[in-house]
Amino acid sequence: MTVQLDARPPVAPAPGDHRRSSGRLSRLDTRYSPYLYIAPFFLLFAVFGIYPLVYTFWVSLHDWDLLGTDHPFVGAENYTRLLADGDFWHAVVNTLGIFVISTVPQLLAALWLANLLNRGLRARTGWRMAVLVPNVTSTAAVAIVFGVLFGREFGMVNWLLDLVGVDAIEWKSDRVASWVAISAMVDWRWTGYNALILLAAMQAIPRDLYEAAAIDGANRVRQFWSVTVPLLKPTLIFCVIIATIGGLQLFTEPRLFHSGTNPIRGGPLRESQTVTMYMFENAFAPHYNFGYGSAVAWLLFALIAIVAAVNVLVLRRLGGKPDARKGTAR
Amino acid sequence: MAVFPRRRLAAVALAAATALLVTAGCGGGDEADGDGPVTLTVDVFGQFGYEQLYQEYMAAHPDVKIVERGTGTNLDEFSPKLTQWLAAGRGAGDVVAIEEGLMVEYKANPGNFVNLLDHGAADLKGNFLEWKWNAGLTADGKQLIGLGTDVGGIAICYRKDLFAKAGLPTERDAVSKLWPTWQDYIATGERFVAAKTGASFLDAATNTFNTILLQTAGNTTGYSYYDTNGNLVVDSNPAVRQAWDTTMDIVDSGLSGKYGSWSEEWVSAFKQSKFATIACPAWMTGVIEGNAGPAANGKWDIARVPGNGGNWGGSHLAVPKQSKHQAEAIELVKFLTSAKGQIGAFKAKGPLPSSPQALDDAAITGATNAYFSGAPVGTIFGTGAKSLKPVYMGPKNQAVRTEVENAVRTVELGQRNPEQGWTDAVTNAKKAAAK
Repeated sequence: MTVQLDARPPVAPAPGDHRRSSGRLSRLDTRYSPYLYIAPFFLLFAVFGIYPLVYTFWVSLHDWDLLGTDHPFVGAENYTRLLADGDFWHAVVNTLGIFVISTVPQLLAALWLANLLNRGLRARTGWRMAVLVPNVTSTAAVAIVFGVLFGREFGMVNWLLDLVGVDAIEWKSDRVASWVAISAMVDWRWTGYNALILLAAMQAIPRDLYEAAAIDGANRVRQFWSVTVPLLKPTLIFCVIIATIGGLQLFTEPRLFHSGTNPIRGGPLRESQTVTMYMFENAFAPHYNFGYGSAVAWLLFALIAIVAAVNVLVLRRLGGKPDARKGTAR
Repeated sequence: MAVFPRRRLAAVALAAATALLVTAGCGGGDEADGDGPVTLTVDVFGQFGYEQLYQEYMAAHPDVKIVERGTGTNLDEFSPKLTQWLAAGRGAGDVVAIEEGLMVEYKANPGNFVNLLDHGAADLKGNFLEWKWNAGLTADGKQLIGLGTDVGGIAICYRKDLFAKAGLPTERDAVSKLWPTWQDYIATGERFVAAKTGASFLDAATNTFNTILLQTAGNTTGYSYYDTNGNLVVDSNPAVRQAWDTTMDIVDSGLSGKYGSWSEEWVSAFKQSKFATIACPAWMTGVIEGNAGPAANGKWDIARVPGNGGNWGGSHLAVPKQSKHQAEAIELVKFLTSAKGQIGAFKAKGPLPSSPQALDDAAITGATNAYFSGAPVGTIFGTGAKSLKPVYMGPKNQAVRTEVENAVRTVELGQRNPEQGWTDAVTNAKKAAAK
């Protein structure tokens, strides 16, 4: 049978004309259809990414009242005013503060969780799925529930603190307390997600490295820090960049954490107003100053780029040492 | 080899063609029904109490269908949405509600709205309190943006059971006699606090502050944060400072429960009977009933406000130019703002009419509210309504008010002392006004 198959005469050549046209078509196809296949993303990105980006920049150069019909060009005035605006820098500090308070414990917890999930557990898939559950609940629901939990007088957290004799904390009008409360919300939602990503990376680490380490006398902890963590570096960088982008654009959690009149301020003294909230406050209610809001958006963009770059540099440095050590040892 | 890609190409082309056809088909379908029934969308916030009126109107106009959006949302959610719809040129309803504090901002760009004077509204002038009519007019008096719905009036709603617990009188006339002035109100509050009922005397200093400010401004200057020329006078208008000082006395005496108004905690505090009094414009009665729920039925009552009268809140109905059914929308606005419409709304949810005819109607003068122990709400709110002195609200009223009330809140929460709070209020108000 096989012999027969192999020996089958070649397919009868098609008439010359047809063959040439189909050849050209197929060449066109191989050359251009990949572009066609990836085009949807770039088209959507152009419409929903680049266009708003450029338009926002255009708007930020104008004195643009949302309802007004006249939008006089003011050049960089919105930016110069913004750079001298204390409330803006206050919002930047809040955002960075919440980012640090949420991201550092979040990644450490995710690393620890991933390490646990990587062991031989009973009902492993069940546990792995379970850590993702917080991530698929609606942010709005999470924020509202946490907003109630952290209530001053009727909140459960203060009630529990009261049981152990701690005085009620003003979760919504104390700066650091509100950062902690919002970070708790963010971590609750994103720790499991990061844990799964790190877990996937851990499983890609070859077993023999651990065996070699064990033979060299490294215990579990030592293996974790000297083998697992360095090899997770690219994944950690990914997680940190994603966390940076998300953390610096934090909006839903702090916005819904506050309720009542003008919650967009994030507390009476703007205790937990993030940059995106400040952008919204200026571009929409109550100021409707679209130009100024757009300038905030662009500075936020710059801020994210800077923080992401710093993060990558720091992580490279951190991860670099074990790599080098491994190199010399070999 | 060549067969596969070609088939795939054909499939892609076919899919694209189908998609085009489907979209084209959908696009065509919408335009077809020119003469069918008209659907009018009405955008409101809070409780306007129009459901019954819509039914009536639709029964009389079989070709009109009315859809309402926004009942129950608070003004802070509603107004940015309305502004965005107006800015985008689409999305707004055919009829939209505009609150008094935001009217000036919308009037600054009258091109967004239909001029009701072009559609026979001038004949309706006598149906509205004069100042309410004027509030809907642009500065040059040439365009009428909205017809008035309600006015706020003002009173104090109080919990009879908590008053009894504190050994205070509970009967509404006796309670009114407790506080001819705000200082008497504070003195009563101190007695209440001394009785240690576990509840605070009032909900939030910001609500009381706004009440005192609007009352004082109405009785003296006639304007609050802005003078009638549109200059910011937050630090030079004696009415603002007077309201601030009285509020600071209230905070000093520990009368406030510090429940940030309209927050989750505020709503919980209603449910758990955590405060005894609240500044109460007519529309607030509906809010209290909604928040305190059936468990507090008959425990509330209404007394007169300390000082002399005042008005907080009230709205207009307008028709955005972007509406595709302007003629029908204008007819609906005229119906809802007529004396009959205003009486219907009052019966449903309590907003006080702005039509003198409605205010004189037996349906209003004789009205009582069972939830508030049968209080004669028609006379409590209605009597003062016709002699109300309006307060002018300037171009950035909402933004400035936000800043000043936030300063009140920081003092109330102990984050600032009264002097720092006042400095904050003035500087932040100036900053907000300049934005």
